[in-house]
Amino acid sequence: MDMAVAEKQHTTISGVPVEPLYGPEQLRDFVASRELGVPGEFPYTRGIHETMYRGRLWTMRQFSGFATPEETNRRYHYLLQQGQTGLSVAFDLPTLMGYDADHSLAEGEVGKCGASISSLEDMEILFRGIPLGDVTVSMTINSPAAVLWAMYLAVAEQQGVDWKAVSGTLQNDILKEYIAQKEYIFPPRPSMRLVTDTIEFGTRHTPRFNPISISGYHIREAGSTAVQELAFTLRDGMEYVEWALERGMQVDEFAPRLSFFFNAHNDFFEEIAKYRAARKLWAYAMRDRFGATEERSLKLRFHSQTAGCSLTWQQPYNNVVRTAIQALAAVLGGTQSLHTNSLDEAYALPSEQAVTIALRTQQILGYESGVANTPDPLGGSYFVERLTLDMEQAAADYFRRIDEMGGMIAAIEKGFPQSEIANASYQYQRAVEAKEKLVVGVNAFQSEDQPIELLQIDRTAEECQVKKLAALRARRDNGRVRKALDALRRAAEGTENTMPFILDAVRAYATLGEICDAFRQVFGSYQETAHI
Amino acid sequence: MNPPIRVLVAKPGLDGHDRGAKVIARALRDAGMEVIYTGLRQTPEMIVNAALQEDVQVIGLSILSGAHLAIVPRVMELLREKDMTDVKVIVGGIVPDDDAEALKQQGVAAVFQPGASLDAIVDFIRRSAAGGAGDIHP
Repeated sequence: MDMAVAEKQHTTISGVPVEPLYGPEQLRDFVASRELGVPGEFPYTRGIHETMYRGRLWTMRQFSGFATPEETNRRYHYLLQQGQTGLSVAFDLPTLMGYDADHSLAEGEVGKCGASISSLEDMEILFRGIPLGDVTVSMTINSPAAVLWAMYLAVAEQQGVDWKAVSGTLQNDILKEYIAQKEYIFPPRPSMRLVTDTIEFGTRHTPRFNPISISGYHIREAGSTAVQELAFTLRDGMEYVEWALERGMQVDEFAPRLSFFFNAHNDFFEEIAKYRAARKLWAYAMRDRFGATEERSLKLRFHSQTAGCSLTWQQPYNNVVRTAIQALAAVLGGTQSLHTNSLDEAYALPSEQAVTIALRTQQILGYESGVANTPDPLGGSYFVERLTLDMEQAAADYFRRIDEMGGMIAAIEKGFPQSEIANASYQYQRAVEAKEKLVVGVNAFQSEDQPIELLQIDRTAEECQVKKLAALRARRDNGRVRKALDALRRAAEGTENTMPFILDAVRAYATLGEICDAFRQVFGSYQETAHI
Repeated sequence: MNPPIRVLVAKPGLDGHDRGAKVIARALRDAGMEVIYTGLRQTPEMIVNAALQEDVQVIGLSILSGAHLAIVPRVMELLREKDMTDVKVIVGGIVPDDDAEALKQQGVAAVFQPGASLDAIVDFIRRSAAGGAGDIHP
């Protein structure tokens, strides 16, 4: 009886109505040469490579990190042995917020949601035995991204790896923090300056590193619709381009290294349409709005992660199935790399057993299912092409509205994307409550759950990190630290690129908290106005 | 008619994931309650002070970071210090069963885990504010 309401709904998970049937009628405004092209060619709707996964499968990159850098380093070695092809670092909340493990606000949070990294020493431990010239590393860090990146580059230096050979991705997308995830430290404008500093530095010194991963993932997790995820992410991307241009860089110098990160949610076809529309919108924006001419500037490369918010606490094994369907959407949508969530992540960070199943899910897709044999296999589907066009038009509407407000920072200051997302998430929750949207095991098909084995992170990680930090503070050359921090503060007050100063401070073993405090003194801290 | 129930919805700790807190705040408001939302990164001291100033009957804490065992006991302790034990504290978020039990031992009225329905939360607050200390298992 519960199911009857939902069965009549026929809308996507974002609430978009779906017609009874799609055929040529629905594609009267569709011109294949303009909308599609061929894979590897403008506007890249069908993918950024001519052969897509026939050339090389996507990178299987599981996001991971917990407790001490020592423990996380062991997990990295395990994942690489299991056939994972890239690393992705999860940092704990104190690190994300620019506090050392021994700060009072870090109490109880050290190592809980990721690895605790307070200094170059921790970063050295994190990558012990992992050759940074061979393994690509993605780092999910935003407000203090420049500092963690400097630590990473310093470790590469110690390993004797040329920065020109270092490859990976820094998330470094502060705009979506104000919009959705809310892990910001400084106000928007100084934060944007730091992001622009890293883009500029990367363009000059680390040609194979993506200095930013412009992220819709968190926007979606905060409750947005698929269109909002698409629109706000791409508009954020345009904001970064504008700042880099204003810095005096040429668009084709830096645009090839901009990368993206999208969610892979439950609604299979809507997600595929989202990725296809994203590539096309970006190609047109880069060419027509910013005058990019290099092919690599026009190609939207993206990482995807299955939807954490879709995982249920009830009947956790069902999450394996959800994740497989979501991962398939990302692959059919042409992702460059993928993280699959583990079945236990509605409870905790994943156990080794759960993360192995998640990785195997990708390997089954890549090596058994045959879906990687030909690019964009859904291209030409009446339904998918219609959804792609609609998605594109709805996103273009949002671009227009945000442009009219004076750009993304102005829109954020008005609370516009935040309230759009909050409205969408409330509507969705109401629909779940009314059983217009069903969640298996939660509001339909309930049953008793069997307990599952969880990864436990106790307070010993915190004690260990605090102890190490005290020893470091006693051992290092504190005069050198002070000098480096003073120079950094002066650079922050001026207009110079801050990266060389951050690198000097990091090499002197100034801590993350000390470096962020220097910036806090100059830039101030940000507090958003709380709206319901 | 009784005056509306006053609820403080708070986000303690460093975590910024406020989707749940905002959805709950709206649902309680739509259910006719007066809701004060603290915003992010509130210390236990800030939360208890806000509860005192706003004269609320209920405090709802949203915690998704796993730091609940460090944060919630401190809130309970401050409430006892300030003689505010009549204020009901409910916790929502990623709280494993064993931890939920531990929090209840410390005086937390209810713990709502992922998937809890808005109706159940509204209903619980109405009943407990009416004096029926319903220790239901949500």
